[in-house]
Amino acid sequence: MKGEAVASSVNRPWLDPGQTPFIKIQGVTKSFGPFVAVDNVDLDIYQGELFALLGGSGCGKTTLLRMMAGFETPTSGRIVIDGIDMTDVPPYERPVNMMFQSYALFPHMTVEKNVAYGLKRDGLPKGEIDERVDAMLSMVELSSLSKRKPHQLSGGQRQRVALARSLVKKPKVLLLDEPLGALDKRLREQTQYELMDLQDRLGITFVVVTHDQEEAMTLSTRIAVMDAGSFMQIGTPTEIYEYPESRLVADFIGSTNMFEGIVHQQDEEHVIVKVAELDADIMIEHSAAAADGSKVWVAVRPEKIILSPSEPLNTDINVLRGVVDDIGYFGNSSTYRIRLENDLIVQVTHPNQSRPRDARHVAEWEDVVYLSWEPSSGVVLNK
Amino acid sequence: MGGCGVSELGALKRSGVEQVTEMAENQSGSLMARLAEKLQSSWKTVVVAVPFLWLLIFFLAPFFMVLKISLAESVFAQPPYTPLVEWVSEGILAIRIVFDNFVFLWEDNLYLNTYLNSIKISSISTVLCLLVGYPIAYGIVRSSPTVRNIFLLMVILPFWTSFLLRVYAWMGLLADQGTINSLLIWLGIIDEPIRMLYTEFSVYVGIVYTYLPFMILPLYANMEKLDISLLEAAADLGAKPAVTFLTVTLPMTIPGIIAGSLLVFIPATGEYVIPDLLGGGNVQMIGRVLYNEFTANTDWPVASAVAIVLLLVLVLPMMLYQHIQSKESDS
Repeated sequence: MKGEAVASSVNRPWLDPGQTPFIKIQGVTKSFGPFVAVDNVDLDIYQGELFALLGGSGCGKTTLLRMMAGFETPTSGRIVIDGIDMTDVPPYERPVNMMFQSYALFPHMTVEKNVAYGLKRDGLPKGEIDERVDAMLSMVELSSLSKRKPHQLSGGQRQRVALARSLVKKPKVLLLDEPLGALDKRLREQTQYELMDLQDRLGITFVVVTHDQEEAMTLSTRIAVMDAGSFMQIGTPTEIYEYPESRLVADFIGSTNMFEGIVHQQDEEHVIVKVAELDADIMIEHSAAAADGSKVWVAVRPEKIILSPSEPLNTDINVLRGVVDDIGYFGNSSTYRIRLENDLIVQVTHPNQSRPRDARHVAEWEDVVYLSWEPSSGVVLNK
Repeated sequence: MGGCGVSELGALKRSGVEQVTEMAENQSGSLMARLAEKLQSSWKTVVVAVPFLWLLIFFLAPFFMVLKISLAESVFAQPPYTPLVEWVSEGILAIRIVFDNFVFLWEDNLYLNTYLNSIKISSISTVLCLLVGYPIAYGIVRSSPTVRNIFLLMVILPFWTSFLLRVYAWMGLLADQGTINSLLIWLGIIDEPIRMLYTEFSVYVGIVYTYLPFMILPLYANMEKLDISLLEAAADLGAKPAVTFLTVTLPMTIPGIIAGSLLVFIPATGEYVIPDLLGGGNVQMIGRVLYNEFTANTDWPVASAVAIVLLLVLVLPMMLYQHIQSKESDS
């Protein structure tokens, strides 16, 4: 929470000690034989959050989600939803619905019947079922396709049916397993904002599992980064990106330049790290939780490094010199790979704010360039 | 099917003529391409012709022979039926078709009752196979991969011993002085042996035992494709296990149920060995009647007519199934 301003507890309930968490995961472990998928995790999720579980494949994020849905029973620990212990409640009695990664639409039923399935199980009167199904289908803009079967729909339409089916019962919590994974990029971006908008309108707590860090960053109020069954870090997207607590998180979210060094000098506001491979010192503008002489890593994001063809005049702190080795042009920005004199590669992202003159960018291949960054841009990591 | 082959041949012949005219017009460049195309299409014809030829020789030809005999009259001769085509006198060719055999089948209650009895026995056997086979197939699909292969092997294992041997084994088990009765008497549960062999019961036991794998295997193949996440989705939406079964599992496995039922029903209806050995003279099934007509009565025409009617009885449900399937793939 470093650097974050004091926030209102309406938007950030996790900062308010008086708030009761809506979902409480307490010391939950799940093992499959000798393999521990989820290793003694604790997590509080608050009402109305859009919470993302982010991690690579096999990190335990899906297992955790399936335990919330009731498809897996924890080996030990408890899961409490809205004050009720759900640990041993079967899935069909939980106030929770899930949108499956494969969508799991019933292929022998029409769109309408798929959406009505959950309401029928509750034994609601037919009139009310029809009403709610119609309302839900018009919300996801599928009213005209209500008589189709799933195999007659496109991927995006199927995704919306799955969403409608999981929302129509007005669950207390909606679990989403890689909700956008099967969509193409353009549709994914569009659906992302639709999901956020929907969550905002309905006020239902969303828990999303994803391996896509961009998806997690844009969608969620908070992210839990998972690895090997444990949480590496839990925080807002900004916290996770700007203040990663470990090399693993810094590496997993976005790209980063990592320098290994030893704490050389420190005071209240600054740390100087001696980086042997650069034969230079890096100054960082916050205190490191490490003793002098201990081994640390300094992470600097590529977009925080300033690229210039001439030597910066006003400073000699955090300045490196190198040659452009490679350029990745992305349209809105370019990523330069700069080879330092000792053959180390540093990545720099430079926004393409103006059109290049004579098709020339700020730097071209084999140009000698200078890299510099503010002392506040680096992060010291000790694990 | 035969017609298709013939028309292809016609096309080939025509193309030969076209080649000649084209050569005359000196268009050798496009000719090579056309020739390659023709060769390819004739190669396709050859590939498709193999199964057609097989069916023609081993199914269609015997079928027409049986059909021919069913339209003849029984005579005391070699062969024991009248010829279809005959030289009456010089230069006059007579075709003799007799429908008496089919009329006879209709008029004599024995045949109608036997057909109905066969259909009854095979229908009940099919339902029994389904009731026994469905949970077995489901259990196999849901077991771990290693156990699954062992179970599947066990389902197929009986095929490795002679079918006749297995039926004789059942005779030994079910007989009045057989294993089961002896055991029950020895245990003091019964005083008198229960009559099981040579009853309908023993025929049901034999048919269900013999045809169970034909029910389990198509069901297994169908259920294996059933996505587990569909069952989870049903549970997630509030369906208890029994409701999930009725609303998702059962409708999704209907193709397997139909395939398995046909594979049991069709051969069971014409079954000869099981009713003969396990039913004795007490259970009349059409296969036995057919056999008796051929051997004991040497009435080949009536036996052939019995076979033709049996074929029709069996082809109808098959066509119904085809119809349902094609309708399903359309929607």
